[in-house]
Amino acid sequence: MIPTAETLVQAQGLSKHYRVGAGFLGSQRRTLQAVDQVDLEIRCGEVLGLVGESGCGKSTLGRLILRLTEPSAGKVLFEGRDVGGLDRGQLRALRRQMQIVFQDPMTSLNPRLTVGGILGEPFRIHGLAQGRAVERRVAELLEAVGLRPDHAGRYPHQFSGGQRQRIGIARALALRPKLVVADEPVSALDVSIQAQVMNLLLELREKFGLTYLLVAHDLTVVHHLADRIAVMYLGRVVEVAPAEGFDQPPMHPYSAALFHSAPIADPTRQTRPPALMGDVASPLAPPPGCRFHPRCPEAQEICHRQGPALREIAPGHLCACHFR
Amino acid sequence: MSQPLLDIKGLVTAFPGRGGELRAVDELDLSLQPAEVLGLVGESGCGKSLTALSVLGLAPPPGRVRAGSIFFEGRDLLTLPEPELRQIRGARVSMVFQEPMTSLNPVFSVGRQVAELVAAHQDLPPAEAWARAVEMLGRVGVPEPAARARAYPHQLSGGLRQRVMIAMALILDPRLVMADEPTTALDVTIQAQILDLLRRLQQDSGVGVLLITHNLAVVAQMASRLAVMYTGRLVEEAPVAGLFAEPLHPYAAGLLACLPARAPRRGQRLPTIKGVVPPLDALPPGCKFSDRCPRAFAACREAEPDLVEVAPGRRVRCFLHHDQARQARRAA
Repeated sequence: MIPTAETLVQAQGLSKHYRVGAGFLGSQRRTLQAVDQVDLEIRCGEVLGLVGESGCGKSTLGRLILRLTEPSAGKVLFEGRDVGGLDRGQLRALRRQMQIVFQDPMTSLNPRLTVGGILGEPFRIHGLAQGRAVERRVAELLEAVGLRPDHAGRYPHQFSGGQRQRIGIARALALRPKLVVADEPVSALDVSIQAQVMNLLLELREKFGLTYLLVAHDLTVVHHLADRIAVMYLGRVVEVAPAEGFDQPPMHPYSAALFHSAPIADPTRQTRPPALMGDVASPLAPPPGCRFHPRCPEAQEICHRQGPALREIAPGHLCACHFR
Repeated sequence: MSQPLLDIKGLVTAFPGRGGELRAVDELDLSLQPAEVLGLVGESGCGKSLTALSVLGLAPPPGRVRAGSIFFEGRDLLTLPEPELRQIRGARVSMVFQEPMTSLNPVFSVGRQVAELVAAHQDLPPAEAWARAVEMLGRVGVPEPAARARAYPHQLSGGLRQRVMIAMALILDPRLVMADEPTTALDVTIQAQILDLLRRLQQDSGVGVLLITHNLAVVAQMASRLAVMYTGRLVEEAPVAGLFAEPLHPYAAGLLACLPARAPRRGQRLPTIKGVVPPLDALPPGCKFSDRCPRAFAACREAEPDLVEVAPGRRVRCFLHHDQARQARRAA
C-alpha cells in the first residue's frame, strides 16, 4: 500500500508478540502473537471500524497505533512521520494529535478528581491554558458532549454510565486531536444510551473534523458508524472493505461468518444456522497457513500450508483469502 | 388454554431504602405456557433478573418478596415449605446464568459438577451418575465428552463452559429453564452456536424457557412472545412478531427504534430515548416513563396507567391505548 495525501495513519508490518512466562516445571517459554504483520491505512476524516472477536488483537492494534504499546516489529507513520523514531518531547507533542476513548468510563476516569480536574488536566500538562482559561475550556468541552458546565464540580461516581462515557469523550477531545481511537465506546452501555453516545460520536466528528478508529465487537454498531471496515482474526487483518455494501459478497469467509452470526432484530427473518464450529485457536499456537483454516467451511489443502496475503480483490477492497 | 406452567401474580420484590421500601419488581403479572419461549427484556436495573431469582426464592438479601404469588405447575412456590421447594429448584425449574466462570465451582471437574446434580436429586450410584453426566455433555455439543468431563472450568473456553452450564440446567429434565443473558458474555460466532443449541434442545424436550436479555435481536430469533419491563413494571407484553411490527408502548417503540441494525440509513442519527432510567428512589409520579416519553400528556404525570389488554395476548401499560382496551372489552 502506498500512502497518499489523504493518509493520516499508516501501519506497516506492525506486530506485537508477547513472551509468555515459563510454565510450571520449566516448560518452554512461548510467544503470544497478539498482532502479527498488520498493514493498515487510516484516511483523513474517515471512520475506520475495526472488528473481531475477543483476543483477535483489535485493542492491541489500537494501542500500537497510539504508541501506548511498543511494537515488536513494524512501524506506524502518522502524517508520514515514523512515530517510533520520535524522542520524548516530539512524542508528547504528537500525543496531542491522537487520543483514546476507553470502553469502561468508570475505570478510566480518576475517581478522586472532579470532572473539572479531569478535563483540565490535558491543558495543564501541555501548558496550553491556565486558571480561568482552563475553566472556560472545560465548560466548552462539557457543552460539546451534551453535559452542563456546572457538572465540572462533580465526581465521576455521581454520573450515570452514559454520562461518564461523555466525560471520557470530552477528555479525548480536549486537545483537539486529529485521530481518536475509540475502543468499544458503547459496549458497556444500555441500548437506549448506546444510541445517544453513537449520535454524539457522529456529531463530534462533523464538528471537529475528527478521524476515528472505532474498535468494536458489535458489527451492527460498526456498520452504522464506519466508512470502511477492517476485520481481524487471530492477530491478522483478513479484510478491509467499504462499509456500504459490506454485507455483499465477495468477502472473506470469516467476515461472512461474523456477519451472519449476529442475530437479526427482525422476527420475520431467520438467522442462518451457525456458520462456524469450534472456538478460535489460541494466539499462543496459531494454526499454520491461513489462521482461519481450521474453522473455515471453504478450506482446501493450500490453506493448511500457505497463509494468504492481504491483496486488493476489487477497487478499495482488500481480502486475505486464496479463493477470493 | 391449558394451565400455565408458570403464573406470576402481583409479585413485589423490594429492598429496604432510606425513604422506605424500594420496589425493584412491582406488581408483576406474567405467565408462561408449557413449552413456550418467553423473552423478558429491559435495560439494566429494570428487574428482569430479580424476577427470575424471586421465582427460585433466591432474591439477594436484604431484598425479599413482599407480596404476590408464583404458581409453578399449579403450586404456589412462595408458600411451599423449603424441602419441597428444594425438590423443585434445580430439578423442575433450573437456571442458566450469564457468566459460567463464576457460576461453576473452580475446584471440581465439570463432569463431577454435572454428576453431583444427578446424584443429589436421583438415587443413582456414582458411576451411573457420571455416565449420565458424560452423556449429557455430549448432547450439548461438548467434543470428546468422556475426556472433557475431567477438565476443570478454567481449562475450557467460554463457549464450552456455557455448554456445561446448559448441561447442568437440563440434565434433570426440568419443565422450566430461566436463562439470564445466556450469551451476553460470548463472542458472536459462539453466541450463534449456543443459541442454536438452546433452540434445538428446547424443541426436543419441550421445556418452557424464560429468556432474560437486554438484546432484542436475540429475542426476535428465539422467543414467540415477549414482555418488556421498565423500573420494575411490565409495560408491554405481546407476541414477538406483533411487537416488532408495531410496538405500542412508547418505551418499547423507543428501544426498537434506537437499534443501529434497524436504522433506515447508515451513518444517520439514531432515534434516541431522552434522559436516563430514573433510580428507584426518584421515580416520577404517574407513569414511570412519563419524564422520558415523547408522547406524554398531562394525565401521564398524575396517575399511573394500568396494564390493560388491548388485543388477545397483548397487554400495554399506557393511557394512549386505554380507549382501544375499552373497545376490545366491549367487543368481547
